[in-house]
Amino acid sequence: MDFKSHNRREFLQLLGTGVGGAVFASGLGGCASAPAKPGGNDDFYFVQLSDTHWGFQGPPNPEAAVTLKKTVGLVNALQRQPDFIVFTGDLTHTTDDGDVRRKRMAEFNQIVGGLNVKKIRFMAGEHDASLDAGKAFQEFFGELHYTFDHKGVHFIVLDNVSDPAAAIGAPQLSWLKADLDKLNVEQPIVVLTHRPLFPLYPSWDWTTKDGDAALALLERFQHVTVFYGHIHQEHHQMTGRIAHHSAKSLIFPLPAPGSVPKRTPVPWDPAHPNQGLGYRGVGALAARDYKIDEFTIA
Amino acid sequence: MFAGRAVSAFTLLTALLSAVASADTPTPASQEQVVKISAKRFEYSPNVIKVKVNTPVVLELTTLDRLHGFTVPDLKLEAEIKPGEVTRVRFVPQKTGTFAFHCNVFCGSGHEDMTGELVVTD
Repeated sequence: MDFKSHNRREFLQLLGTGVGGAVFASGLGGCASAPAKPGGNDDFYFVQLSDTHWGFQGPPNPEAAVTLKKTVGLVNALQRQPDFIVFTGDLTHTTDDGDVRRKRMAEFNQIVGGLNVKKIRFMAGEHDASLDAGKAFQEFFGELHYTFDHKGVHFIVLDNVSDPAAAIGAPQLSWLKADLDKLNVEQPIVVLTHRPLFPLYPSWDWTTKDGDAALALLERFQHVTVFYGHIHQEHHQMTGRIAHHSAKSLIFPLPAPGSVPKRTPVPWDPAHPNQGLGYRGVGALAARDYKIDEFTIA
Repeated sequence: MFAGRAVSAFTLLTALLSAVASADTPTPASQEQVVKISAKRFEYSPNVIKVKVNTPVVLELTTLDRLHGFTVPDLKLEAEIKPGEVTRVRFVPQKTGTFAFHCNVFCGSGHEDMTGELVVTD
């Protein structure tokens, strides 16, 4: 498998798109950057929020109790309201106490209930699901892996966290294969998951044990894009013809892969609160290209 | 005689090239470097392991509380440490250097800090 890592500038150059601000197109449909056609029959827009870690307390984010609430207000104020919103895992910060976990999930649900857009898809992160195999998560948010379709795009939610060893597992891979076997190779596919499916940086556990098996199943399709979280920062990489985009966190940023000896949170800067935190809007253009808007928490 | 040397050389070469953990080839106990490591949330003890290059190593891993993992990605070593069991990881370090290891079985808030270093010297 061919892993090509690109920083943001290189990725933009690769795609042949402008560097203007925080907008660029994802690699689908031969990386063509088609102009946006708001209101077109096949166009749609969704928002990705990730790694909110509700319940976290600590110096890396002294405003942790308000960051998620503030984000809800920012998303509600977006000029273009999304068709739906996805949360790509670590909705809550982990705890050994099952009652506390459920309390955090209930509080999280109450806060995101303030989003104007009510169509929300949830994914689990290891903080939500690894200590109880996803039991509490399923009580509040439903299935750990599932599919849905929207305006010609087939969305696949993969669970690589309810196994604490970060594996998708044979049963889910069989389910994935059965789902993909029903599709034409030209079917546009978006995979939503928490951990990177490729070995981004295994020394920091930024990988999925059997992610290569999932990617092998997806590789024959012509239009596959993966949106994920876990690493608390933007990262863009191609594996073969599959594009992978990680999202910023809404609790604290982590260092770039391997840039420092330990993956400790980037310290909170009182002069620049919320620096490194953010979310993204994704414009799907005729189910072929994705135009990504990166938003900060100002 | 020649064939015997060739076989010996092949065996030696195979052993030197097999950096991945393996229990296939018995090694005289006197030549093995045995290192005992205990794991508990969220630390290994010791968390710095020093071994000699090109000398067989056996890591004997135990856990004091719950299931943990042990992986050295750069050496492709990986094991689960189950309560009540001794997990043995055998390998022959092929190169000197410092290699990070960590727990790869999520074990709670602090899991990210469960790390250590394997130091291979001449």
